[in-house]
Amino acid sequence: MKKPAVMCYGKDCDHPPLSGSSALEVRDVSFYYPGNKNKILDNVNLSIKGGEKVAFVGPNGAGKSTLMNLILGLEPLQTGEISVFGHGSSSCRHRVAMVPQKSTVDWHFPVTVRQVVTMGRYVHLGWFKKPGAADRDAVEQAMETMEICDIADRQVGELSGGQQQRVMIARTLAHDADLLLLDEPLNHVDIATQELIFHTMEDLCSRGKSVLVSTHDLGILTVHFSRALFLDKSIIADGAVKDVLTPENIARAYGFEFHKDKELSPWLNGY
Amino acid sequence: MVEWILEPLQYGFFQRGLLAGIIVAISCGVLSTFIVWRGMAFIGDALAHAVLPGIVISIVLGIHVLIGALGAAVLSVIGIGALTRKKGFKEDTAIGVIFAGAFALGVLLMSRVSSFKDLSHILFGNILGVSDVDVILIASVGVIVVAAVYLFFKELLVTSFDPTHAKAIGLSPQMIHFALLILVAATTVLATQTVGVVLVMALLVTPAAAASLLVKELVKILWISIVFAVFAIIAGFYLSYYFDLASGATIVLILTLFFLISFIISKIRK
Repeated sequence: MKKPAVMCYGKDCDHPPLSGSSALEVRDVSFYYPGNKNKILDNVNLSIKGGEKVAFVGPNGAGKSTLMNLILGLEPLQTGEISVFGHGSSSCRHRVAMVPQKSTVDWHFPVTVRQVVTMGRYVHLGWFKKPGAADRDAVEQAMETMEICDIADRQVGELSGGQQQRVMIARTLAHDADLLLLDEPLNHVDIATQELIFHTMEDLCSRGKSVLVSTHDLGILTVHFSRALFLDKSIIADGAVKDVLTPENIARAYGFEFHKDKELSPWLNGY
Repeated sequence: MVEWILEPLQYGFFQRGLLAGIIVAISCGVLSTFIVWRGMAFIGDALAHAVLPGIVISIVLGIHVLIGALGAAVLSVIGIGALTRKKGFKEDTAIGVIFAGAFALGVLLMSRVSSFKDLSHILFGNILGVSDVDVILIASVGVIVVAAVYLFFKELLVTSFDPTHAKAIGLSPQMIHFALLILVAATTVLATQTVGVVLVMALLVTPAAAASLLVKELVKILWISIVFAVFAIIAGFYLSYYFDLASGATIVLILTLFFLISFIISKIRK
């Protein structure tokens, strides 16, 4: 699905899902940065259905963030096709949202928690419209879900790492997307926030929304996910966590050999 | 006291100057919030200098200096935009190249133009020499600046805080940045009339810098910046009228005083 290259924002940039379409469909996608011959992504294929919660596993530099950026249309697609509910992501911006890695945000900027969460509504407003009562309700509800109502008027730079992550997730909830991309949401986050994030994802999936969570932490896979994708430039493994979490896949994804395979295997197979 | 305030107001030049100054102060107060928090101080200063050739050329051609200055500022912004986007230079590098080149061109042209007296007004400001046409031009640009920031406030907010999210919802952070630069350029040109090229930086940066020491939310910073800038202009105006002080320098020093007081207040609060 080739997307139109026009800048589109607000009401007009959302088309209803095509019937029978997957939440996310990535076909033969490769990517490299200009002037750099090494491919960041090499022929990636994957598909996510409505209501699925998928772990996206790979070391730093495996291309997880790049693929998420491509899905959102932040980088131009070079080869292959990506469709979200049957459309290019630029024609259904209401339906896809990302929680970016915290480093991409200017935390010192003097905005309050409520202002940041309200940014999740901008996609529905478009030019010239100010947030109305319905938007304020959605913001309030998102803040309630992430348990940040008590800090709604604080400046975001004053918050802890866990609180900041809650704010970003609340913004995504206010966005009310059907496909959520979470880029390493668990980095530098306290246990209580981690639990809240997992609980919220669980709830979203039970309402038919799809969630793709990138992580390099293998420990959380078995507890919180049923399906995992291993990425190292291309998809190395894709399937039920118990099937894909093998020493071979881990070694391939992380680029090292297990020297004590025999000792580790029983431990891993125990999962 | 009332008489002290009313007495100069009977003069047309004082009324015009004060009105122009207040409009400039409002524009600067509004924009300085974004200049401070988006790290655009350098570009404000650069634009103030880059307008010099435009001013000299418009004197030579006999057109209104604000129009020449505006043209030069917009050209500089386009040049900086082209160097950063097409050639991949960092913005401060592009600013450095264009700013120095344009200012040098202005100095060279200036040395060829005999009427330096006009130009000293540009360099150091001459708020009491404001004409009716000046007031109309300044008011038009002021209205555009305030209206644009009001209408595009949420876009300015999201592109400043999280450009990635802005892009994901279909906005172009570069376009918003470019538009903001044009507004800063236009305001810079207006501000040169009041405090001059050399001191314009103070009006563009100090109000929001001082306000940011007192409050931590953008809208509040914006309002306090406007109050600081307007008050500094009015106070500077009266002081320069009664004590025959250079208006530009007086205004800047009052703003600096506001900053120092804010700094002390923020220290005491801690």
